[in-house]
Amino acid sequence: MSDEPLRGSTPEDPSGFVRAVDERGAATVGTVGGGLTPTGRKGGNPVSRVVGHPLFGWLVIAVAVALPFVNSSAYAIRISTDALIFIMLAVGLNVVVGYCGLLDLGYAAFFAIGAYTSGVLSTTFGWPILATIPFVVIAAVIGGLLIGGPTLRLRSDYLAIVTLGFGEIIRITANNLDFTGGPNGVFGIPDFGDFGLRSDIATYWVVVVVVGLAVLASSRLGRGRLGRAWRFVREDEDAAEAMGIHTYKVKFAAYVTGAIFGGLAGVLFAVHQTAISPPSFNFLWSALILMAVVLGGMGSTPGVVIGAIIISLLPELLRGAENWRYLIFGVLLIVVMIFRPQGIWPHRVEEKPDRGRRRRSSPEPEEVAR
Amino acid sequence: MTSPAVSQARSSTDEPVLLDVSGLTVTFGGVTAVGGLSFDVHEGEVLSVIGPNGAGKTSAFNCITGFYKPTAGRIRFAGADITGKRPALIAARGVARTFQNLRLFGELSVLDNVRAGMHVRIRQNAFDAVLHTPRYRRSEQAATDEANRWLDFVGAAGNRGAEVRNLPYGEQRRVEIARALAREPKMLLLDEPAAGLNHGEKAALLDLLRRISGLGTAVVLIEHDMGLVMEVSERIVVLNFGKEIADGTPEQIRADPAVIEAYLGSDDAEAEQEAERIAGSSGAQAHEDPTADAASQEEDR
Repeated sequence: MSDEPLRGSTPEDPSGFVRAVDERGAATVGTVGGGLTPTGRKGGNPVSRVVGHPLFGWLVIAVAVALPFVNSSAYAIRISTDALIFIMLAVGLNVVVGYCGLLDLGYAAFFAIGAYTSGVLSTTFGWPILATIPFVVIAAVIGGLLIGGPTLRLRSDYLAIVTLGFGEIIRITANNLDFTGGPNGVFGIPDFGDFGLRSDIATYWVVVVVVGLAVLASSRLGRGRLGRAWRFVREDEDAAEAMGIHTYKVKFAAYVTGAIFGGLAGVLFAVHQTAISPPSFNFLWSALILMAVVLGGMGSTPGVVIGAIIISLLPELLRGAENWRYLIFGVLLIVVMIFRPQGIWPHRVEEKPDRGRRRRSSPEPEEVAR
Repeated sequence: MTSPAVSQARSSTDEPVLLDVSGLTVTFGGVTAVGGLSFDVHEGEVLSVIGPNGAGKTSAFNCITGFYKPTAGRIRFAGADITGKRPALIAARGVARTFQNLRLFGELSVLDNVRAGMHVRIRQNAFDAVLHTPRYRRSEQAATDEANRWLDFVGAAGNRGAEVRNLPYGEQRRVEIARALAREPKMLLLDEPAAGLNHGEKAALLDLLRRISGLGTAVVLIEHDMGLVMEVSERIVVLNFGKEIADGTPEQIRADPAVIEAYLGSDDAEAEQEAERIAGSSGAQAHEDPTADAASQEEDR
């Protein structure tokens, strides 16, 4: 027969079948994984080898922690804190857009819900900020349920329209209610405490810890069982459903997870700014967060972090260009998207052969062990 | 588990009924795709559903798996009523399917595609994933091992860590079957698995179908390749215009005048060829049973 040679079990070699049946369910490691060819082990060019290295994340965290020792000017601390909060928003939206493929155009709504819940409870009722966090989570989940509940049954185009409206509704509501301070917003929001340090640096370090944990959590969520289910839904909802995955519940989980990330980022924002008002949560925010996700690479945590840093810091770095800076910013984004439509650091599908530290009879075991 | 060689020999029609479809009707506006279809599938049997294009085969599949809501009728699977249930719930009960046009998760790795089939069996929650608990590591390792095992079982070649959309078509078909098998189904529905495969790949598919049957899974096949159908099926159900017109062993179907007429129609030369293909197909079968073949050819004259 002139077809390509079959690997494993062929009509001529039925032992593959017997082996598969006998071994089914047994969790001990045998010769399985032989189909994983060693391509992609080296991870391409030097840049991707550095950025793709597991220690790279810790290096970034170390740089973030050390920043106040290098440059402790109020300006550096302020824009760094802004960038960190923006990273948290971006990894939160990445769960919704990148992992699950749900287009959310009103993500700033959850940011606003978090900031306002925390701000109102801490100023009007005098609660410490930490005590408001459980209520922020509850408020974000309720917001997610209200919007996701009816719309996630539909295909994602409808979700985009509804979330766009939701984002505006939250902002306009905050603008018109008395307890949110109307157009003046909420001011005098307390911080987490100064731990005997300059208060902006204390806040900065708290933000570093919270955002670091958020990035780690979102990255790990994306690799587990639920994260895979999100990707299945993004790729083909019907096929996912046919495999027993309740797509509505899975989409809901993504939407509510995104809402919680957004709400918690709102708390950090409220503390950092000490005052919040409705214009802080306009559509531009939602669009910029989405842009960070798309620019960095949808579904890729390192990519989204890089995208968020660029989107939040580039306008600051371009300050020298005066009134031209937003024009240059826009042109740069367009150029990046033309030459790198998949994002700056796209999600790598390639699974490493040593995933899960599989022991296998490889000709070059030391290389597999990295 | 028994050896694959004996799976063909045992008679599955003595087994209890696994799927019971009665009076299934699907209408789209004024068009009746399926009109009062009734058939059953026994545990562990290989059943083919054949019929001319537009006979309602895929519509019936879509009802059984929950993708269409039937207009009327009742579907029972393993003793429970699954009529109009959500596809995910039906799949969780042990019904797996493949699609007529490949529906793989194109941008995900081959292994991830197979892990989809195991989704409902992986014991792990979101907190395990975030905290990397021992349970997370254990379940991920077990899932990877099992995915590899299923890929070995279907004989998938190529890099399993790479995007599935980069595989050749025949390999993608295999991965889709591996994904469905990873659901560990009581019943596997295959919608035209041989479509687009070359001769050698079809031979490999035939072998694979027998080995799947050897796992004890009931296999329901929609297929236009009569050689394959006659070779692998223990029983064949023939549909035309949304109704069952025949039900029997390959030998009975080959000799059934109603089936020949369904394919033959009136004086359509193309249909005649098709009918001849059914009657005269499957060389191996003919060798085993020359009398049945002769009888069917006589029927054809």
